[in-house]
Amino acid sequence: MAIPIVYNLRSMRARWVSAIVAVLGIAGTVGVFLAMLSLARGFRATLVNSGSPENALIRRAGASSELDGSIGLDQVKVIQDAPGIAREDGRPLISPEVVVIAAFPLIATGTDANVQVRGVSLETLKVRPNIRIIQGRFFQPGLTELIIGKNVASTYSGLEMGKPAKFGGGTWNVVGVFDAGGSAFDSEIWADSRVVNQVYKRPDELFQSATVRLTSPAAYNQLKDSLSTDPRLTVEMDREVEYYARQSQVLTTLITVLGTLVAVIMGIGAVIGALNTMYSAVAERSREIATMRAIGFAGSSIAISFVFEAVLIALIGGIVGCIFVLPLNGITTGTMNMQTFSHLAFAFKVTPPLLAIGIVFALLMGIVGGVPPAVRAARRPIAVALREL
Amino acid sequence: MKFLPLILANLSRKKLRTTLTIGSFAVALFLFGFLAVIHGAFNGGVDLAGIDRLMVINKVSIIQTLPRSYGDQILRIPGVKYVAIQNWFGGIYQDPKNFFPSFAIDPVTQHEVFPEFAVPDEQWNAFLADREGAIVGARTAKRFGWKVGDRVPLKAPIYGTGTWEFNIRGIYNDPREGADLTQFWLRYDYLDERRTVGKGDVGWYAVKLDSPDDAVRVVRTIDEGFANSPYETKTETMQAMAASWVKQAGNIEFLILAIGGVVFFTLLLVTGNTMALAVRERMGELAVMKAVGFSDRFVLFIVLAESVLIAVVGGAIGLGFSKLFTLSGDPTGGVLQSFFLPGSAILLGMFAAFAVGILAGILPASSAMRLRVVDALRRI
Repeated sequence: MAIPIVYNLRSMRARWVSAIVAVLGIAGTVGVFLAMLSLARGFRATLVNSGSPENALIRRAGASSELDGSIGLDQVKVIQDAPGIAREDGRPLISPEVVVIAAFPLIATGTDANVQVRGVSLETLKVRPNIRIIQGRFFQPGLTELIIGKNVASTYSGLEMGKPAKFGGGTWNVVGVFDAGGSAFDSEIWADSRVVNQVYKRPDELFQSATVRLTSPAAYNQLKDSLSTDPRLTVEMDREVEYYARQSQVLTTLITVLGTLVAVIMGIGAVIGALNTMYSAVAERSREIATMRAIGFAGSSIAISFVFEAVLIALIGGIVGCIFVLPLNGITTGTMNMQTFSHLAFAFKVTPPLLAIGIVFALLMGIVGGVPPAVRAARRPIAVALREL
Repeated sequence: MKFLPLILANLSRKKLRTTLTIGSFAVALFLFGFLAVIHGAFNGGVDLAGIDRLMVINKVSIIQTLPRSYGDQILRIPGVKYVAIQNWFGGIYQDPKNFFPSFAIDPVTQHEVFPEFAVPDEQWNAFLADREGAIVGARTAKRFGWKVGDRVPLKAPIYGTGTWEFNIRGIYNDPREGADLTQFWLRYDYLDERRTVGKGDVGWYAVKLDSPDDAVRVVRTIDEGFANSPYETKTETMQAMAASWVKQAGNIEFLILAIGGVVFFTLLLVTGNTMALAVRERMGELAVMKAVGFSDRFVLFIVLAESVLIAVVGGAIGLGFSKLFTLSGDPTGGVLQSFFLPGSAILLGMFAAFAVGILAGILPASSAMRLRVVDALRRI
């Protein structure tokens, strides 16, 4: 016969200090674990969102990131006539781009951080239709005007809408702010690629990469075949999504590995705490347990009741941990993208599946911490326990 | 110390509970050691960077270059002892994932500005004699199994698609804990001869000062001297430069403090709870001790000693394990610049364990101290 749940609830209330200690131990573990995972996911989501499945990124063969690449105007001319590239009013949707970095002080720390400056073509908003100007206007070609991502103004000092900004040996006017939907572009500065080349004293008509809009995601292979068989070109091509996913790999792996290690160590600690609480509960209640056995409850129902109590404590701990982590959702933080040496703002991402992982982790700790004491409780000889006190 | 057997007897009466509590201390301090290692891996460079060295970079950003002629002009500034040139190479061995920093250096000046990177003389002379020679840090050499005399092919995407082959002529070492032993140096003259873009340019200058007190003045002289030229400079001490790179990586300090805080707070609760249980169970005994003449303060001491002993033993086990863990090698396979547990962290960890032991014991111990003999004895 099963022992009623109300017995566990009452006994938890009677030993509320121990119960709270165990709950907090598990809550802390779950909280740290989820915070690290949401950090890794937020970083990954920011970079992966930057790419679109309908876009392809073309750069010189062998270049691992845009910073290393170089594509001349002659090559761009060859590429834009290739099949599979979308056209509008007869013009191919291609944006040959220059990527450089500029140092600006971070508002948070006052120390310099590298901002990615992207020289783009006028077609860029058609190549990336998910990017919208939310304030001001697009820059005028040929002028030292620039537009900034929506995270830029709040992250760095010296870059504000409507104000002049000095970098790279030129004075620029900030004429617009764009929203790139939480992607890496939100941390970038955009200007006319030819002007960027001039101001940065780079050779004219030399770009680092070209982003093209495909007629459809399926046209990717057609374009790739055509580019790789053209003897005039030595370029490499990736789907934009894959390119950015690869950039996020190193840091995501690092955070996930370190975060999991920390969580496992903390988990062992929390299990020890739960074991301690449950063993004390068993010890304190040995007379109760013996009495219940004496009036006919089976050893197995006692064991189940104790495991249930441990799992209940763990579940509460898991829920509390999730509640701790929820406010983190959407908080923006920054890190360095090691592939481009530039600073990147991203937000913690706490998602329902992540919370589910946290609860499962908590329940696991409850079971591991609850079973051994429960087994001991069930095995205690009745007569000895009753005589002891 | 004659009461040690009594404390030990008290501890061994609930062996399981004592073991578990020591276990939670061991786990917490192991984690503390682990966090200290991560902290060191990110911040190690800052402490060792030195304040008597400056780094002169292009004001626009570090990827923009400076002209070769600046070196002699900087050297003429009073207070400057040596100037070394460095140029980022971005070499890749087999796969871009195998990252290590590689740059071109001038063999003569490198030695003067960075004397701490020790290379045996005969290896250094071999490097001077071989244009395709390279010097590599001990960690990177170990990571890829390179030995002196090996021929190593690297790709350098910045300089085109070709493969660059180098002869490893020497391996540098730095006895200081946490030193960066991952760098790969090739000769600047070899790079400049072979590259087709940016010939004659230098990535940045490393400047050694006569005295660190001069840093502010020299920094200003350099930056003002090149102001309004096509290549303006930004000069900082290497320490400030290293610190700003760490800050760009994110607020690691805060992350570590937050995790550490959560863990120690939980630990405090767990131990405090255990000690409270132990005291509650032993009310009678403690009352008897008081009744036969032991002072209040002695009772306080005996309970506190128990909790501190648990803390210190658990802490020592945990820190010992984390030291062993660092000795067994780096789990990320050489990505982190350094991987070691500094002595100061061990001391700090032991102190933290001791403090938690005292804090956790203080409430139960003082309730034991205030225990009225009559009440406690009547309860039995």
